[in-house]
Amino acid sequence: MIEILETGPLNTVQDRGRPGNRNIGVTASGAMDPVALEIGNILLGNPQGAAVIEVQTFPFRLCFAKGGAYALTGADCRAKLDGVALPPWWAAEAEAGQVLELFPPLRDARAYVSLAGGVDVAQVMGSRSTSLRGSFGGLAGRTLAAGDGIATGPVEPAVLPKGGFGVVPPAVALKDVFPVDEHGALLIRALPAGEHDLFGADADRFWRQPWKISSRSDRTGYRLSGDPIHPVEVVEMRSHGVVPGVIQVPPAGEPIVQMSDANTAGGYPKIAGVIEADLWRMGQARIGSTLRFVPATHAEARAIEKALAAYVEDIRNTARLVRKALAAMA
Amino acid sequence: MSLLQQAPFPSPASIVPNTEALAKISFIGTRAFLLEAPGAFDLPNQRRIWALSRALETHEDIAEIVPGMTNLLVLLKETPDDPQAVVRHLQDEWQRSQGIELAGRQIEISVTYGGEHATDLPALCDLSGLSDREVVRIHHEGIYRVFALGSAPGFGYLHGLDPRIHMPRKTVPSLKMARGCVTIGGMQTGVAVLTGPNGWNSIGFAELQMFDPLAAVPALMAPGDTVRFRPERINL
Repeated sequence: MIEILETGPLNTVQDRGRPGNRNIGVTASGAMDPVALEIGNILLGNPQGAAVIEVQTFPFRLCFAKGGAYALTGADCRAKLDGVALPPWWAAEAEAGQVLELFPPLRDARAYVSLAGGVDVAQVMGSRSTSLRGSFGGLAGRTLAAGDGIATGPVEPAVLPKGGFGVVPPAVALKDVFPVDEHGALLIRALPAGEHDLFGADADRFWRQPWKISSRSDRTGYRLSGDPIHPVEVVEMRSHGVVPGVIQVPPAGEPIVQMSDANTAGGYPKIAGVIEADLWRMGQARIGSTLRFVPATHAEARAIEKALAAYVEDIRNTARLVRKALAAMA
Repeated sequence: MSLLQQAPFPSPASIVPNTEALAKISFIGTRAFLLEAPGAFDLPNQRRIWALSRALETHEDIAEIVPGMTNLLVLLKETPDDPQAVVRHLQDEWQRSQGIELAGRQIEISVTYGGEHATDLPALCDLSGLSDREVVRIHHEGIYRVFALGSAPGFGYLHGLDPRIHMPRKTVPSLKMARGCVTIGGMQTGVAVLTGPNGWNSIGFAELQMFDPLAAVPALMAPGDTVRFRPERINL
């Protein structure tokens, strides 16, 4: 059990989301950085896909009403437990009454607080993720507020080394797999989508120019600013299903990338679709930062997925060994 | 020499080469494939989409199927090694797909036409050259089919709107249209399920709740259902 002492707007409970309901118009939702979600749960020995707190506005403070293990993953938000600095990507034990504080990160956008046993709110349509648009899931379908009490699920006893332990963040461990360009812009791999060729010469410009993430960006989608691109001819589109990562171009010519709370249907021309293995990096991209799109193939996407899966699996195995060793010593 | 003279088949129809246009199949990212039917936005085409959707349901490598308006989004469980093989397979399934008729439910929706929520009724009268009474009569006399659900939880895209009251979506959406507004978007009609920005044109209001996330079957409508609007009140 924890209590929220202070929070900015738009912080929510998230898990892996509720895919499989797009055919009735329900957004999948889920953590914007699914890698951080996964690692946080692994560090605590939680069930895969246990719900966590996604923090995207700061400062954020919570009090552990009872003691318990927690993990911090995602953006390095210079966290402190009772005033003592904690490393990022770290799991440790808190005592009853201790206060955890998260401050605005210097880079990246979203931090994840995982709790041993997982955030225990009712599942709605198979998920604990908050759907703000639908006003269901998470904590009564709303954002977190100061004074909220959050229950946690059943916990296995003492699983962490004294003082805690951490992992090398994916952006560091996999920096060759997830590169940035010479100006620090994220290189986001994407596959050409249905209307790509309709953009003619503007399609080249889409791939070549850097795009800035505008302030009108949120969990639903990122609006990109840059030199507008336009299709050669205007085509009448019929509404069709879409998934996060789809890059649509509305009439004004500035692309929108749909994110975790993506609409389930769309009708704007689509120029490309971000590969799934790069979506977590998009989820950590800040408003005002730039990115460039790099054309990719399914084969390249699979290679990136494999590298990412190997990193997660390696941590899973190590965490298991650590827990086994601790159990043997106990 | 024509094929008919050479053919050993009893029915000439069976040897006419299949000249049917191919579906357009494209990628959305790595796991999603969008199949768009060639031809008209009409019920026969949508029946083939329903049939395709049903045929693909049993495929083990498919995670999710999202029918749209004469199109279908297919999400695989994993990024495929050979995406062109997936494209060929979907194309084959489309070619094989014969339209099916879904035994949908009959849904009647009580509507208050006109009044405070009918913010776009005057503009529709201007566009169509019809009186408000005529617009309302044409709308409630229609028999509509749910083509697909999407966009918002439980929102049904209804086909069958009389061409006289077609009205393009707004270029600038209304910022806060109420849940329950009975709307027209292009050649479709529907009932808004969320309060919020909406580009469709409102001509009335319905109380009926279209979606309950806690119900065993959360959405009231399903593809294939038949919908009629009953004018409960007309405030003109």
